[in-house]
Amino acid sequence: MNKTLNQKAWWLVAPVLLLVAFNAFIPLMTVVNYAFQETFGNNVFFWEGTTWFEQVLRSERFHDAFQRQLMFTGMILAIEVPLGIGVALTMPRKGPWVSVCLVLMALPLLIPWNVVGAMWNIFALPDIGLLGYTLNSMGIDYNFTRQPVAAWLTTVLMDVWHWTSLIVLLCYAGLSSIPDDYYQAANIDGASRWAIFRYIQLPKMKRVLTIAILLRFMDSFMIYTEPFVLTGGGPGNTTTFLSIDLVKIALGQFDLGPAAAMSLVYFLVVLLICWVFYTLMMRNEEQ
Amino acid sequence: MATIRFKNVQHAYPPPKGQEPVYALKEVNQIWEDGGAYALLGPSGCGKTTLLNTISGLLTPSEGEVYFDDQDVTNLPTSERRIAQVFQFPVVYDTMTVFDNLAFPLRNRGMEETAVKQRVDQIAEMLDLTANLNKRASGLTADGKQKISLGRGLVRSDVNAILFDEPLTVIDPHLKWQLRSKLKELHQQTGITMIYVTHDQVEALTFANKVVVMYDGAVVQVGTPVELFNRPNHKFVGYFIGSPGMNFLPCRIDGGQPVFHNIPLNTAYPVGSDLSGNIEVGIRPEFVEFADDGIPVIIEKIEDLGRYQVITVKHESEVIKMVVDEGHLIPTESPKIQFNPNQTRIYCDDWVVGGSSNE
Repeated sequence: MNKTLNQKAWWLVAPVLLLVAFNAFIPLMTVVNYAFQETFGNNVFFWEGTTWFEQVLRSERFHDAFQRQLMFTGMILAIEVPLGIGVALTMPRKGPWVSVCLVLMALPLLIPWNVVGAMWNIFALPDIGLLGYTLNSMGIDYNFTRQPVAAWLTTVLMDVWHWTSLIVLLCYAGLSSIPDDYYQAANIDGASRWAIFRYIQLPKMKRVLTIAILLRFMDSFMIYTEPFVLTGGGPGNTTTFLSIDLVKIALGQFDLGPAAAMSLVYFLVVLLICWVFYTLMMRNEEQ
Repeated sequence: MATIRFKNVQHAYPPPKGQEPVYALKEVNQIWEDGGAYALLGPSGCGKTTLLNTISGLLTPSEGEVYFDDQDVTNLPTSERRIAQVFQFPVVYDTMTVFDNLAFPLRNRGMEETAVKQRVDQIAEMLDLTANLNKRASGLTADGKQKISLGRGLVRSDVNAILFDEPLTVIDPHLKWQLRSKLKELHQQTGITMIYVTHDQVEALTFANKVVVMYDGAVVQVGTPVELFNRPNHKFVGYFIGSPGMNFLPCRIDGGQPVFHNIPLNTAYPVGSDLSGNIEVGIRPEFVEFADDGIPVIIEKIEDLGRYQVITVKHESEVIKMVVDEGHLIPTESPKIQFNPNQTRIYCDDWVVGGSSNE
């Protein structure tokens, strides 16, 4: 039998290719362009090789921002994941309260990021904010614009408030997909509450939880808007995370070469961590 | 091991707002003898699963009591009832090995590890799971998983009964037959009471020595497969057991005899003429035959099913089905049929009257 060769189908793929080219590939290549060259404007470029990368990787400033970033992501994951699972477990599985709970949970997710930042900024202001004023009038010295610890606490709290819902909703979806038979069988097998969680609920939530953690990791690792509006990276540099620092270098100092190199390093780090995490989580699945 | 006794058990699920509760179980009085193999047979939604869950304690009946021997267990939680239950969809703990799955109920009850191992090995042997003991349970086929579910019931040496809720629904047909024989074999080996819910009469009749037929929340008949076939207590049993189901024809009683369209019929026992209500005569298609004298009919349809043929005949507007052996001569001119008097039953308002009782 002869196969007819018909290449016309490529036309159907063309729109997507075009879209991906313009919104991902070409911008990324531009960044690559800047990362290896030096420019003084007018589209004149000089080859620099790996100079910018070496500079970025050796820079103390990058190390500090990277450490802050890791700490922030680690903290919010350590809080949001257990909290999210906990809330999802306590949510009702049937009845009229289900939709009420779901809507309440979804609300923070619907608020634009810069609004979240602004809300928490006002909320936490020591002189007029509800949180700031209350804490200070209780005798606790709290001022997130001056104290690094307070700034960190507020930023972490804001992220927990904004994003725990995502984990709750995903876990809840995972939990809802468990047939009643499993709980009944566990009941008959005399399983304890902990055993039910460990051997039924957690394994059944594993896939959605993996996705939830990945999403939260990527989002928090690239977080910009909320801390930018809330603290602006301060006081000092204490809440300057990677993307805030990147914007400072690229747009504040207009060091396009180092900024481009940093972007690429940043991108590769996110990619690497995601890949390692996903491979680890899914390794058992294939056996 | 215990005899399970139901005393006036009723159950209604919480009704939607402003509606009367609908009873899923209506007054069930039933004794499950220790060591019996029961099948609970009935159409979907007749309350079989509700009844089963009442035994295992997954459900507390709204009225009535459940006894294990002399102990009232109505309010006892599932984990303290010593009941094992196998569900329609196999339940396995995905992250555990087959061994850990089987050991799970024992470990939950704090059994010592050497005893666990011994018991699990023994049960795995019975279920032909020994080769798979160290595999992950999630990798097994549906029938393998269902065996694990069953095994988790069997490992506990103290169970009063094992309940099966349509356990073979998701199993391939040829494996179904194998697993069912395995169940029977296990029943003989262990002597544990088994109660098997199904809506498939073949499954029920081959598995059980006692079949409990349920209809609309009530037990309508308990008996051996033969009893159910020969003398259905209720019209529903007549329809449900046998293929095709029993014929039911309207009649009146005259002089101790049922009369169908002015044709008197013979029965093995006299019928009281004081019957009131909707009276029908019931006859299995297997006991209808062509005769020289009898009810004149028109042949509507002949279905050849190999060893026998199902013939649909009509007398006026009444349709009668009959089963005739292969090769049996079918009269072509003015056929007449007769009912075997020993197998002709009278039903009044859906319930059988007269004749011997088997309860």
